[in-house]
Order: sequence, then C-alpha cells, then structure tokens
Amino acid sequence: MGAFSCCFNLFVQEWGMGTPKMNPETPRPLPATPLPSKVVKDDESALVAAAKAGDVSAFETLVGRYERKIFRLTQNITQNREDAEDAMQEAFLKAYEHLDNFEGNSRFYTWLVRIAVNQALMKLRKRRPNQISLDEDIETGEDSMPREVEDWGPSPEQRYQQTELSGILSQVIGELDPSFRVVFQLRDIEELSTEETAEALGLSIPAVKSRLLRARLKLRQKLNRYFQQGEAS
Amino acid sequence: MKPKCSKILSELSDYLDQGIDPALRAEIEDHLTKCKDCRVVVDTTKKTIDIFCNSEPAPLPDDARHRLYDALQRKIRSCRC
Repeated sequence: MGAFSCCFNLFVQEWGMGTPKMNPETPRPLPATPLPSKVVKDDESALVAAAKAGDVSAFETLVGRYERKIFRLTQNITQNREDAEDAMQEAFLKAYEHLDNFEGNSRFYTWLVRIAVNQALMKLRKRRPNQISLDEDIETGEDSMPREVEDWGPSPEQRYQQTELSGILSQVIGELDPSFRVVFQLRDIEELSTEETAEALGLSIPAVKSRLLRARLKLRQKLNRYFQQGEAS
Repeated sequence: MKPKCSKILSELSDYLDQGIDPALRAEIEDHLTKCKDCRVVVDTTKKTIDIFCNSEPAPLPDDARHRLYDALQRKIRSCRC
C-alpha cells in the first residue's frame, strides 16, 4: 500500500470512530440563522462546541487562529506556493464539512493538522508521483552524521531579522527529503507526539524516531552555514 | 567517531525529548562533560529544534486569505442548502 493511501485510510478511520452522526460525505446542516457566538474566544474546545452547534463565527475564529500555521505546514510539505494554498483551503473546508465527526479525542488543532498533512501529501504526490513514499525503507546512511562541530553561540537566531530567519528555515527544511521533513514538521513544529505522528503518517514508531533523528541532524548541519560563530554577517 | 560518540548520537533524540532512562541519561551526561564535539552536537541540535519550534509563521498573504474566506462562505452556503 502506498504511503498516501495508508494515511488516507487512517484519516477516514479517524472520522469513522465511535458512532458518527451522519455519513462523512453528508453536508452538515446549519440553522438558517447562525447562533450568536457567546463563547470565550481563547477556549478551543468551547469554540469547537459552538461551531458544531452551528455558530459559523466560532469556526471562523478557529480558522483565523490557525490559518498561518496551517499554511506554513502545507508550504513546508509541498514546497509549492499554489499547492500549499490549495491544501490549506481544502483542509479548512473538510474540517468544516466533517466537524460533526470530530469527537474530541485529540485537540482540534491536532485533528486539523492531520487533515492538512493528508491534503498536502496528496498535492505532493500528484506533482511528484514516483518520488513520494513515506512508508518505504529510507536509506539513513552517513550523510547526516555530524561533520562540523562548530558551536553557534547562545542565541544564533537573533543575528537575523524575523523575515530573514523565516526564509532560512523554509529553505533548509525544503532541502530535506519529504520523508524526513514531514516527520520533523509534525514532531518538532506542530509538536505532535511520536505516537500521533506515527498514526497520522501510517509509520511505525521506530520509523518515526529514526527519521526524526536524521531530520534533526540534517537540519542542524544545514543551519551550520548560517549560525556558526563568526559566519553570519 | 569514537564508539561512545556513536552511541550518544543514536540516543540523541530520546535524550533531547526526555525519553530516556535515568541510568543512560547519567551516562550520556558524563560523556558530555568530557567530549566537546558531542557537547556541541547536542547543543546545536537542541537549538535547531528550538529555533523551528519557536519560529512564528509568516502572515497569510492577503490574496490567499481572501480566497480562503470566499471558499469558506461558499461551503457554508452549500451546507445550508
């Protein structure tokens, strides 16, 4: 089974957990007039509950809260601006459409991340059909072993402006093999657990751990050229 | 690379994620006091994770945001029909 189909099946299973109130393909009925939003805006579970009850503004608040992070996620995975935007948009639309199937077994954001990862992987696979497989054995040879061990100093990121730093991080993560960068994205940027990452990607826990280590070491090595003491302007 | 350094490297992620048993942690920390190369690799790998984890995502471009909310409105209308 290919990596994407594996992920997709897991995704569908997640939607199908428990006793779904309706078929996932059935549009969620909304009241003619949305309920007034009375929930505290910084409470994710209250926002989700209100959105499930038909409060459109509560769902829009959730979109506003996570749009930047989800766009960064899809951008990092697809490495293509158009695909990233499409994947982000489709992720929010699917989340809205299937909100009734979210049962609160995880954070809403974690559920949203899983949807967005699936959308982004689908885009990536379409663009590079023969190159993207997350579940095959990955050669983890000596190329990520530390070759340079120069220190970076206490706060190397402060040598760069925020926008410049964002560009550097985006570039170096884009240079990683997709199999590594998806795992790194979920574990170290979205802060999913090893178990959640394994489940979302259809990988074993040892595979997640192995790829995460390689990804971290490769990124460390790539950031050396920017952060080594005395190297930055 | 010395055998001890290779072992540190293989345990690096679990060490940084606090997912390691106390005896092995003590062994690693003892080695780190003696090996500057491993100390630098551990420190810079931790900084790598922190820099990505703490980085703020860039604002969504205005045109992308408009398209997102337009699509959302269309979806909401279609769900009501």
